[in-house]
Amino acid sequence: MLLGLVMPSEGEVRIFGADMSRNRYDVAQRLNFQSPYVDLPARLTVKQNLKVYAGLYGIANAAERIAYVVEHLQIAPLLDRPTGKLSAGQKTRVGLAKALLNAPELLLLDEPTASLDPDTADWIRRKLKDYAAERNATVLLASHNMAEVERLADRVILLQAGRIIEDETPRALIKSYGRDTLEDVFLDLVRGRAKLAAVEPEQPRKAS
Amino acid sequence: MSTSPSGNGVEPVLLSPSGISASFRRVWALVHRYVYLLRSSGVRLVELIYWPFLQMLTWGFLQKYLAETSSPLMQAAGVLIGSVLLWDILFRSKIGFSTTFIEEMWSRNLGNLLTSPLRPYELVAALSLWSIIRLGVSMVPVAIAAYFIFGFNLLTLGLPLAVFFCVLVLTSWSLGLISAGVILRYGLGAEELAWSLAFLLLPLCCVYYPVSVLPDWLQPVALALPPTHVFEGMRSILLHHTFDPMDLWWALALNAIYLAAGYATFSWFLSRARINGTLLQLGE
Repeated sequence: MLLGLVMPSEGEVRIFGADMSRNRYDVAQRLNFQSPYVDLPARLTVKQNLKVYAGLYGIANAAERIAYVVEHLQIAPLLDRPTGKLSAGQKTRVGLAKALLNAPELLLLDEPTASLDPDTADWIRRKLKDYAAERNATVLLASHNMAEVERLADRVILLQAGRIIEDETPRALIKSYGRDTLEDVFLDLVRGRAKLAAVEPEQPRKAS
Repeated sequence: MSTSPSGNGVEPVLLSPSGISASFRRVWALVHRYVYLLRSSGVRLVELIYWPFLQMLTWGFLQKYLAETSSPLMQAAGVLIGSVLLWDILFRSKIGFSTTFIEEMWSRNLGNLLTSPLRPYELVAALSLWSIIRLGVSMVPVAIAAYFIFGFNLLTLGLPLAVFFCVLVLTSWSLGLISAGVILRYGLGAEELAWSLAFLLLPLCCVYYPVSVLPDWLQPVALALPPTHVFEGMRSILLHHTFDPMDLWWALALNAIYLAAGYATFSWFLSRARINGTLLQLGE
């Protein structure tokens, strides 16, 4: 919905002031996304895919930018390999390279560490945290991995049956449920256990 | 242009996403993607030529046989080979458009494309341009082979050949847009449509026989289809050495209507897919 692939049944989605149902293209160049459920063309090499997407995002210095992102994400040895022949971890890094090509101000990630080994997952999380901090970018992360959310997020929105049931900082959320981790909070919620009585919530940090 | 500084990295220099040059850039980037795809497989390249070549051989030999044995019409000119080559322009162009689109769904890449700055009409322009390039790759060698094997020179159709080509390609895009739209909305389960839609036209647009063969009630339907005028025109040139240009203007006008209808259908199905949330669940 945020990317304009699905129309909201009611209300509107505004990103950088643009109504995503009508003026998505005004801001499309400032966004990017990665999802394990959307692939890059398998038969193209990594380098070819990055060149195509650099063209689609209108990157004038494509060669230099690709070289930088490739080095940053340590995927140089993969450049000439067909994307479909990569492992899950390698595909994630390549997908992330595509998502970072235009240095998006809003980066949307769907389960960015799903099916990755703990080492690669940790490496990806560090890169994402660095990216958001260095560029003051907003990273919107959809994840069921509560440890990951706790580590990366400034603000957590929990959804149940399509409705927002919590919108807090991780610390405030953990505190309000009297728990030690976000995973415990998650379990409390799905198992119907109530939160503690009124606890002063922390002010969530504003997303751009 | 806009850049945002940070760290020591190479910042992307982002060109304006609006305007004609930006559109050309994105269409060109997508065409590059299709070139890379074709280059990645020699089998695909051979397949592009294989089927039209087989068609041409089969019908060429049939015509040769008929010319030796019976029909005086067959002796007049390479009507059958001409029909086959022109039909293949329509069919291959349609297949080029549709399969390239389906390829994006097979590779689960459509989500990436539709969330990028690429506009739907640019996607259509890239598919159209690529269908012509594919057509060139497949039909030029086959047309040359037809000349050397059967002595049939497609260029004897003269200047009208260029118009025939345009009419057939425009029709193929209209069909391609309709099938792409349906597949967008209903997923790869509707893939069969991409292959079969052109065949619906085969009996109606009188590829191998004149319109007069059809029953009276079906003739207006045939004449409402632009390719019918191409095949009638081709027979007129090869058999009677005459040609009515009005017929082709009529066909081009019909094409404009069909193309507009095709794009409207594609856009409508795309918007339905956005409303129904099927763009990210495009499997069978």
